[in-house]
Amino acid sequence: MTHFPAVLLFALFASTVFGITMRETPRRMFKYGVYCFALFVGSVIVLSWLMYLIAR
Amino acid sequence: MATEENKNAAAGQGFIYLPLIAGWLVPGAGHFLLRKWGRGTLLAASILGMFGLGLAMHGELKSEVHDILDMLGLAGDLGNGLLYLVSRAAGWGADKVQTTVGDYGTRFIVVAGLLNVIAAVDAHNLRTGRKQ
Repeated sequence: MTHFPAVLLFALFASTVFGITMRETPRRMFKYGVYCFALFVGSVIVLSWLMYLIAR
Repeated sequence: MATEENKNAAAGQGFIYLPLIAGWLVPGAGHFLLRKWGRGTLLAASILGMFGLGLAMHGELKSEVHDILDMLGLAGDLGNGLLYLVSRAAGWGADKVQTTVGDYGTRFIVVAGLLNVIAAVDAHNLRTGRKQ
């Protein structure tokens, strides 16, 4: 498994648990889970580019 | 009003910490005890999936503590409850991390334990009526 699929799976599992445990209704759980997933993956992409630019 | 009464009635029955302990020992079990089948299934699948991937990536199951970081890692591993004990007894997981992916696997196992603790506390909150 390469790094990016590992990150995606990590984000998926963590977001699922965060969504279910931090909100009360199914609709809000789903929305919060999607929000957490987007933040996980988005921050990974931004930080990866930052590290790439710093290392050049 | 009726919902509030039901909530109070449910909160007054049985051992109040049972969902917390069951949820810690077996991922999702706390929610299953409270008949939250969908939530329990998703939580169990997420935590078991993360723990299983950690083992598949040759992650380390902490057994010896040398410094404060090892202690925190062990605390995270213990959050997996029976998964950790059974895996240790079966000799699964790497003794020493030798690859980058193995290091990721170690993190997956620790985070699975931490997520399991969050799920168990959520089951306790459902049991006490603090959450619906």
